[in-house]
Amino acid sequence: MSAPDRDIAPEERIIAALARLILDPSAPPARHIAVGAASPMPAAACWLVKLMGHDVRLSLLHKRSGNPFTEGTRELFDLTGQGRIDLFFLGGGQIDGQANLNLVGTGEWPGRDVRFPGSFGSAFMYFMTPRTILFREEHSPRVLVDRVDNISAPGVSAPGVFRRGTAQALVTGRCVFRFHPDRARFSLANLHPGETVESVREATGFAFDAEDEIPATPDPTEAELALLRGRVCDEMVETYPEFCARVWGRRAAA
Amino acid sequence: MLLPSVDALAARIPDGALVAIPPDNSLPSVAIAMALIRRGARGLRLLGVPVSGFATDILIGAGCVAEVETSAVSLGEAGFAPRFSAALRAGAITVRDATCPAIHTMLQAAEKGVPFMPLRGLIGSDILANRPDWKVMPNPFAQDGADPIVLLPAKQPDFAVFHAALADSAGNVWLGRRRECATIAHASRAALVTVERVVEGNFLEDERMAAGAITATYIDAVAIAERGARPAALLDEYGFDAAYVAAYARAAKTEEGFRAWLEREVFATARKAAAA
Repeated sequence: MSAPDRDIAPEERIIAALARLILDPSAPPARHIAVGAASPMPAAACWLVKLMGHDVRLSLLHKRSGNPFTEGTRELFDLTGQGRIDLFFLGGGQIDGQANLNLVGTGEWPGRDVRFPGSFGSAFMYFMTPRTILFREEHSPRVLVDRVDNISAPGVSAPGVFRRGTAQALVTGRCVFRFHPDRARFSLANLHPGETVESVREATGFAFDAEDEIPATPDPTEAELALLRGRVCDEMVETYPEFCARVWGRRAAA
Repeated sequence: MLLPSVDALAARIPDGALVAIPPDNSLPSVAIAMALIRRGARGLRLLGVPVSGFATDILIGAGCVAEVETSAVSLGEAGFAPRFSAALRAGAITVRDATCPAIHTMLQAAEKGVPFMPLRGLIGSDILANRPDWKVMPNPFAQDGADPIVLLPAKQPDFAVFHAALADSAGNVWLGRRRECATIAHASRAALVTVERVVEGNFLEDERMAAGAITATYIDAVAIAERGARPAALLDEYGFDAAYVAAYARAAKTEEGFRAWLEREVFATARKAAAA
């Protein structure tokens, strides 16, 4: 079932990094996690955490069988409004150094240069969830910009504006950043293999903080790899057949 | 009221109407969208509840749409919605961006018959900055501090349009747990629904069916359209046709490609069915 001596895929390292952020003991507890559409790596990280034996409820919005909500999609937002969703994942066509997210498009509103699909629930979820893990695999100056063209959801809010949380971290194909809402800045936390502080600065359109020594992103453990290639893939294959085929060579049952 | 065809349903929607439709994962009536295209509808204002998918893209491409209010337009794994993107670039449609819970909240206000409802979040976003119809007020119940909060006006669509698995002889429809369709039906002036089949009996007298039903109070007309959600999925009856949507996304990259797709999949198919 598992082959621990097989090379670690970059996706597996990113999934394990996301799982460590979910379990971060310094962050508020993640008892109920929701994962939106088209998010195979965040979904895999949640399954990894659950299958490692942690007590966590997962609501995977685009799972066809076993949809968690019986009042339609508004139930997710109602739960979140009450503070009963602890952790959510968001991405963005553009993300800037203050953790502002642009899911609308570039150029003049509403995205007259390149239109992205749209903001979805971000303008609510980002405020109302105690923590959000930002994930965007493409790490380039066109995605990680100094200032987003349009704000779907702001990274920080003025004093007095009700807000439960914001970004905890930003995970990309090159590194892990931590977000510091007190100073509205990212700091570099971990480098994926082959990256340096300089290579990350080169690929990043915003300024960020970095200590002298940045630890490498840890490899997944053998136990994590065995779970990812076995039971996590089992859970994912219905919703994400192409991802499972590409990363784990698994085909969905006909 | 059971109508003889999906075209008869579409004929009830006048040009310029405000039409609420669910996205690809929650029972769109693609059959009604195609019937609107066949009848040459114009100036429709579409409300994506809370986002928009395949049906919205083909209606825009066919020139039926003046305005879209939605929280996103996407073909899922098949990527960006090509005709929506082209129409936005060309300035052919007005796009009013929202965020998912704002659309639900505006409909819930209409459901309750109140003029507005508040929603958290949004403050500091460019979504709010571009919505002069949304207002920020201090929370009148706040104990201390200003606590600004967004107020959203009630939104009553002219028509709710969706697909359900079943209708019964009493005019109720059944669609299981996809209750956002119930919210749309409750909030709209009229609901027009396509179904796979009509069955004898009354869902409201069956405890197991009642919770997944929408009562006939809200349903103005029903027509049978087998596989009427296709290429979107219908509950556990049939799945999302990803290959069909991916082929559409490729074809609709250009205006010519979209026109050829429309002729083949919407007009020629209906002519063939009429001749059969």
